[in-house]
Amino acid sequence: MSRQSNRTTDSKKMNSELFTLTYGALVTQLCKDYENDEEVNKQLDKMGYNIGVRLIEDFLARSSIGRCQDFRETADVIAKVAFKMYLGITPSVTNWSPGGDEFSLILENNPLADFVELPDNHSTLIYSNLLCGVLRGALEMVQMAVDVKFSQDSLRGDNVTEIRMKFIKRIEENLPAGEE
Amino acid sequence: MADDSLFEFLHMEIVSHIFNEQQSSKGELDNKDRAACISLLEAMGFRVGQGLIERLTRDTPSFKDELDIMKFICKDFWTKVFRRQVDNLRTNHQGTYVLQDNKFSLLSQFSGGKQYLDQAPKYLAFSCGVVRGALSNLGLESVVTAEVSIMPSCKCPIHDFYSYVQDCGFFLQLQIEKEISDFFLTDDLNRT
Repeated sequence: MSRQSNRTTDSKKMNSELFTLTYGALVTQLCKDYENDEEVNKQLDKMGYNIGVRLIEDFLARSSIGRCQDFRETADVIAKVAFKMYLGITPSVTNWSPGGDEFSLILENNPLADFVELPDNHSTLIYSNLLCGVLRGALEMVQMAVDVKFSQDSLRGDNVTEIRMKFIKRIEENLPAGEE
Repeated sequence: MADDSLFEFLHMEIVSHIFNEQQSSKGELDNKDRAACISLLEAMGFRVGQGLIERLTRDTPSFKDELDIMKFICKDFWTKVFRRQVDNLRTNHQGTYVLQDNKFSLLSQFSGGKQYLDQAPKYLAFSCGVVRGALSNLGLESVVTAEVSIMPSCKCPIHDFYSYVQDCGFFLQLQIEKEISDFFLTDDLNRT
């Protein structure tokens, strides 16, 4: 099953397809290199982390967003600014935990998974796991340790794609010994 | 939709991952291992190029000849993929083409000067594959190689062609091997 797109190709869409196709080639390659889906998921997360720690600088430079006061503000910035800037979508922020330390991002459509169908023998593959790593890496660079995972995935049959983000702790900035 | 920089970040990480994986299992990388990594990157680019050209040429009329295809690659395809047009196209009318891009987008992050020039092939392999894949789906089998020279205003001989290089000169040399007969353009993109 492939989704035929009716959109006219303009440069932004084409670059989106370059990214989407490249990501697909990457996942395909990882599936060849590693025997099981768990390992592929781990690699995707690790690569995402490496991207995230660099992406955050690009984001901060281009968005001129100041420091967020709390996790709620962080969630809004991620959904309304970051996702919009990089993926052209605005997920909704919902399902806040009572303590305010956990929330969900609901993605109606997932640009990484355009044209993608998971074969039967990869039912545990989290195709877009790179995103989790990116978010984790980026937030770590702004002193937030978070846990990020997919709780729903439209590629695996769910209606929407849901990313669950949980705040773990604030990372103290380490100053070299001897400095104030 | 997806931002341009995302592809650049992803590309850098893919290159890094492939080389690190080889390095961790084999220790020092010899030339053979390096070549294997570069082939892998090129092969990934090939798949992507095939997909991209199908999307891009869905509604365009068929090409008159080889030169027409090359012009399309230099203008439309290069613009869509690398965000600018090729600066210079030369040919010997016998199947060899040299494309010159003075500000190749994937090399824009490199420091100026010659210090990291030997690292450049790692970052060019994917793009060579993309071009080769695109040509393949347009019916042309080719060998694509790339060269970078980062020197202001110098003359660079490449197989009897002389070009003046400004900024970061990225040269893509294509050798068209043959036309692929009996190929079909699928209009169904059904691959991961």
